[in-house]
Amino acid sequence: MSTSRQRGNSRLPNFKDLPTLLRDARFWRFAAQAIAVLLVVLLVILIVDNVIYNLRQLGIQLGFDFLRTQASFDIGETLIPYSPADSYTRAILVGLVNSLRVTVLGLIFATMLGLLAGIARLSSNWLLRQLALVYVEIFRNTPLLLQLFFWYFAVFLKLPGVENSITLPGPTYLTSRGVFLPWFNPTAGTGLWLVLLALGIGGAIALWRWRVRLILEQGRPGNPILWSLGPLVASGLLALILTRTIPFSWNLPQLVGGTQLQGGLRLSPEFSTLVIGLVVYTGSFIAEIVRAGIQAVPRGQWEAARALGLKPGRIMQMVILPQALRVIIPPLTSQYLNLAKNSSLAIAIGFPDVYFVASTTFNQTGRAVEVMLLIMITYLTISLTISLLMNLYNQTVQLKER
Amino acid sequence: MAQTDYLSPTTPPTSRAPSPLEWVRENLFSTWYNGILTIVCLVAIVPALISFISWVIGAAEWAAIAENLRLFFVGRFPRDLYWRLWTSLGILAGLTGISWGFARRNARRLSRSILIVLGVAIAAVVLPLGLPSRWLLAITLGAAVGYAVGRQLPPTISSWLPGTWGLAFVVILWLIKGGLGLEPTITNVWTGLLLTVLMATISIVLSFPLGVMLALGRQSKLPVVRALSILYIEVIRGLPLIGILFLAQVMLPLFLPPWFRDLDRVLRAIAGLVLFSAAYLAENVRGGLQAVPRGQAEAASALGLSTPLVVMLIVLPQALRAVIPAIVGQFIGLFKDTSLLSLFGLLELTGIARSVLAQPQFLGRYAEVYLFIGLIYWVFCYGMSLASRRLEQKLNVDQR
Repeated sequence: MSTSRQRGNSRLPNFKDLPTLLRDARFWRFAAQAIAVLLVVLLVILIVDNVIYNLRQLGIQLGFDFLRTQASFDIGETLIPYSPADSYTRAILVGLVNSLRVTVLGLIFATMLGLLAGIARLSSNWLLRQLALVYVEIFRNTPLLLQLFFWYFAVFLKLPGVENSITLPGPTYLTSRGVFLPWFNPTAGTGLWLVLLALGIGGAIALWRWRVRLILEQGRPGNPILWSLGPLVASGLLALILTRTIPFSWNLPQLVGGTQLQGGLRLSPEFSTLVIGLVVYTGSFIAEIVRAGIQAVPRGQWEAARALGLKPGRIMQMVILPQALRVIIPPLTSQYLNLAKNSSLAIAIGFPDVYFVASTTFNQTGRAVEVMLLIMITYLTISLTISLLMNLYNQTVQLKER
Repeated sequence: MAQTDYLSPTTPPTSRAPSPLEWVRENLFSTWYNGILTIVCLVAIVPALISFISWVIGAAEWAAIAENLRLFFVGRFPRDLYWRLWTSLGILAGLTGISWGFARRNARRLSRSILIVLGVAIAAVVLPLGLPSRWLLAITLGAAVGYAVGRQLPPTISSWLPGTWGLAFVVILWLIKGGLGLEPTITNVWTGLLLTVLMATISIVLSFPLGVMLALGRQSKLPVVRALSILYIEVIRGLPLIGILFLAQVMLPLFLPPWFRDLDRVLRAIAGLVLFSAAYLAENVRGGLQAVPRGQAEAASALGLSTPLVVMLIVLPQALRAVIPAIVGQFIGLFKDTSLLSLFGLLELTGIARSVLAQPQFLGRYAEVYLFIGLIYWVFCYGMSLASRRLEQKLNVDQR
């Protein structure tokens, strides 16, 4: 034993030492890593070599200079100014803004729907419980792409034309040309209104947290929601007195001549499909996560809270959800990431998101490598941002052990 | 003697089934807000249900489905080669029978209803394809005989079951693809549900070793190996699947040497799915690895096993067993995700649906066609999740 160790430590192992060396864990630790690195480096060299060779055969050069050339394709929906004369960079930026718009809206509504459906799954009302179950099982077990096709071709494009559109109170018009919603027009006082309202909201949140803390720590009774209404109403009144106008005027969609809709906010069928599809699909997953999280809270917590005389709504809000959040946040984060990534299915229904624009760019320029790199960087950035934010939030809800 | 009084079985409290009225009051109108909720729900669903049913019976044209059933299920697979599909089904039925019988022996009460539902679902797919009755008989018999054999299986042989499944996978692939004595079919005829099932299965099986390797790499104490694994897993998981499929369809040919470049589209798709699925599988397996108590590995190394042996014989089997539900979940996800391949010109279930919709006589029949293939996806995915949930419950009860 001791001899072998001595030999293993000798500085220049000769051929006889090989079996000893092969039995040495330290050697293997080093060798395995060296082999792994070697394999990966070899693979990368092989791929790069092939790519260079193949691209030369096809007569394509690498480089991002094509991004500055004129895109010369039109984009159906833009939030920032864009014309076909702009560069590919601008086009991709337009797509990115569109992607972010869908993702942010989708995240908000999917969370709301998922939370509602998840709580409904545990309701004492049999009908509501079954409805939530049916919703979850249908949408979780069919492909998102199929759902998008269904929403787009069988729902949104099948809506009646403008002449005999479906009118909901609001007025909101559902037509095959899109959904027309009432929207706002700014007035002279809008700026001041917004500033004061922001202050009011900040005050409301602060008051709400303060009252909740009093309830939790000192057992004082009270209704935090009523308290937080105070600053909101006060800021609204103040703004009304100062500006003497309402914050905005309604911009209502109007039928002009029976064949055209003007004004309001138009959501294109593609945009509506993508948001609804993503929300309904992701919501069904979030519902299950919420349900599992709530069920993970020990039953005794319910019973204890009820014994203290808290009302069901208050129990959910102050006892159960804060504890359930610890279980909910990590899987919720991955659902958020899925939603962001799934927004790339926009291409299937022709909504110009960043993937769609990048793909068009590829079709026009043939720059596969560069476009792929752009797509990777974009989505990795979005994914990393979401998981960073959610991890920060996660730290605030986790149990703090002292 | 007084003890017997305590031990004697007491009659259980009589439970009376509630009358319908009581049930309604308890479940629908227990409080005032429950009452309102019930009424709101009813107002929302009843008209929707009525109009849906009247659409299904009246306005919908189901001819688009009825005339294309074959196309949906097996696509363009040559009709005179259907016997290969039936044989594959027979092999699957027999093996399922054996496994079921064996599992049933371990866990006494294994729900029979799943098996019945499974049988009915398969029959619903197969019968419209004109399955000859002698084949149907043979397949059913195979399942029954398999079940009987499984009940009697000695443990020495039952440990070969996973290997047999692997072998069956290869044999079925050979039957469908041909070659080695059978007339080969080109992958262009693999379409419809057949292609969906094949791609999902092949991808999950092929991604399995890669995923396990990545998981081990991520948990490894070697910093370089760990960093490389993390890089791969996080990059792939940060990308949308559609991007990875783009990578596989467009860039894989660029990555490969010129003499290897005209890979057919199905193989490229499978490569993309494997790359994608391995990263997710790795995270699932990592969860399993973390669940194995550290003492297991330490005890094994104390017994003198080398690190690879510890991993292969002690840690991995326990880890994989712990993550079977997660892997089933991933398979379900992959099954749904194969639909994205229709965007790359592959005619799997969704792709076939689009080609049916392009037939001039069925233009615009979106609702019917998409509802129908949605139902197929749903039956498969829901069936799998139900079966895995039940199996897990029963097997767990038995273990403890």
